[in-house]
Amino acid sequence: MISLVDLEINQTGTVVKVGGGAGLMHRLEILGIREGKKITKLSSMIMRGPIVVKVNGCQVAVGRGMAKRIMVEVD
Amino acid sequence: MKILLMGNPNVGKSVIFSRLTGVHVVASNYPGTTVEFTKGTLKFEGEKVELIDVPGTYSLEPICEAEQVATEMVKDGDLIINVLDVTNLERNLYLTFQLLALNKPMVIALNMWDDAKHRGINIDLERLEKLLGIPVIPTVAVTGEGIKDLFTRLKEAKAPSCPAYAKDERWLRIGEIIDKVQCVTHRHHTLMERFEDASIQPLFGILLFLATLTISFQIIRFIGEGLIGYVFNPFFENIYAPLMMKLSAALGSGGFFHDILVGKLVNGSIDFGQSFGLITTGFYVPLAMVLPYVFSFYLVLGFLEDAGYLPRLAVLIDNVMHKLGLHGAAIIPMVLGLGCNVPGALSTRILESKREKFIAATIMAIGVPCMAQTAMIIGLVGSYGASYLAIVFGTLFIVWFGLGFILNKIIKGESPEIFIEIPHYRIPNAGALAKKLWMRLVGFLLEAIPFVLLGVLLVNILYTIGFVELVSEITAPIVTVLWGLPESAISALMVGFLRKDVAVGMLRPLNLVAKQAVIGSTVLAVYFPCMATFAVLIKELGIKDTFKSAVIMMATALFIGTFLNLIL
Repeated sequence: MISLVDLEINQTGTVVKVGGGAGLMHRLEILGIREGKKITKLSSMIMRGPIVVKVNGCQVAVGRGMAKRIMVEVD
Repeated sequence: MKILLMGNPNVGKSVIFSRLTGVHVVASNYPGTTVEFTKGTLKFEGEKVELIDVPGTYSLEPICEAEQVATEMVKDGDLIINVLDVTNLERNLYLTFQLLALNKPMVIALNMWDDAKHRGINIDLERLEKLLGIPVIPTVAVTGEGIKDLFTRLKEAKAPSCPAYAKDERWLRIGEIIDKVQCVTHRHHTLMERFEDASIQPLFGILLFLATLTISFQIIRFIGEGLIGYVFNPFFENIYAPLMMKLSAALGSGGFFHDILVGKLVNGSIDFGQSFGLITTGFYVPLAMVLPYVFSFYLVLGFLEDAGYLPRLAVLIDNVMHKLGLHGAAIIPMVLGLGCNVPGALSTRILESKREKFIAATIMAIGVPCMAQTAMIIGLVGSYGASYLAIVFGTLFIVWFGLGFILNKIIKGESPEIFIEIPHYRIPNAGALAKKLWMRLVGFLLEAIPFVLLGVLLVNILYTIGFVELVSEITAPIVTVLWGLPESAISALMVGFLRKDVAVGMLRPLNLVAKQAVIGSTVLAVYFPCMATFAVLIKELGIKDTFKSAVIMMATALFIGTFLNLIL
């Protein structure tokens, strides 16, 4: 189990845990980042910028702090 | 009766709204274009009913002010048109289930139907209708496909008794429905998708940004200068000027009314930049100096908006914005502010916290000059040389960044992180683009011309009653000693409260040296927002925070004007 930050680019994993407050989790959940979902990391912006993932065929950008709390199991 | 158009951000509600009511609203390809509701009317079963374009929301548990607006509006609706982006059914259905639980009559517009086909997504419409128990109509809002069906089937709207599921159960139900109705055929990546994936890679992203910036700038300049040089100036010089000369002669070439209407003659003829009459300079400034740039700016902005570039810019620039206590999405109010500060200030609603809104609105009002002002600064300062223009805009940029940096340090609180959906790239639809451009131009003229005329009139009156002299005496130490401007520049600073473009134009007849033109333009940009922006700031930030913001602006202007005066 690794966080989204440590996932390699173009690697796909399954979300196993999402940490953080209820508000944050709710937001992530609605855009498709929740337990059991397949997620592919597309890019990581330089200088600790956001991480872009593909979920449900759509791109979603997530700040690094949030990304740290999204744990995935590599497929 | 009230019909609500509701759905996730960026699914096309505003386009459907325009199609159904004929009322045009600005629609773009990024989440959060609509932050306020718009009302229109349509005829439904023989009676006039209200249709409301509600800001997009992902759920009925709001996370920002725009979503708050949506959540509150839902109570008043009698019928809901739920607009869905068919290419992302799962996420969209979450809101659908929350809406269904309200037990209000509802229909679904399955928008971006054409996009689904391109992406190999097949939906079993009949089955979806049966499972949800309400009419489902496929639409392509941009081209108008399916809108007629949507309209005729409104009367079939139903309120099926749907339980208010708990969250996990809701996702489970959504999963079941999708398994039953959706079939995705695998196909190769299109060129567009490759481009989508490349745009968010650091290296390609930065190159794309630099290219976009350069090309946009060149196009704006080329079209703006071209329109001024080949269309508007010839018209004013060759056709309008002789007409005005005749009028001037008829009015006796001087006197109070002559000077208000036609302005003062410069070397026996009308100088549109300097005469300052209501129907000479009053028309010339908004039409011949500002409109061409406003046109070319909104043409380029409209294209970038509809293509879906702005959210990508937000991702790219996120870490820079964090230095200002904001996140990447805050670049959107800034970009809109370059056109006009009013929509810029309104769009700070997409930001989550009060702190972010305050910082974003304040640095935008100070450091982001609107296109009308920019055009006038180019006209005034540009005549001394491009390097002076660089000083003005460079200073504004430093003020923008520096102030944000300081505010981030002194205002308590954290800055939330970026979390944004990046829409698919779309090739902008020419008709939609033209409509949006037209709306913005009409909006500009309706707002600019009365204010410009009022400004010009006010200058004339204030001069006549001696008010300008009075203020000049009081403020002379700041204006002349600290900023090194002539006392006559004070009337320009007074008009700047009303409208910035006229104010910059008023510096023109003063025969300033380059340094004074630079200081005058910079101070005018910084010291206070124009009246329209000020009104919106009060609405968005409240009186107390607007007051704080205004104090910051005036202090900054005092400092920056003095600083430039010392070093230049």
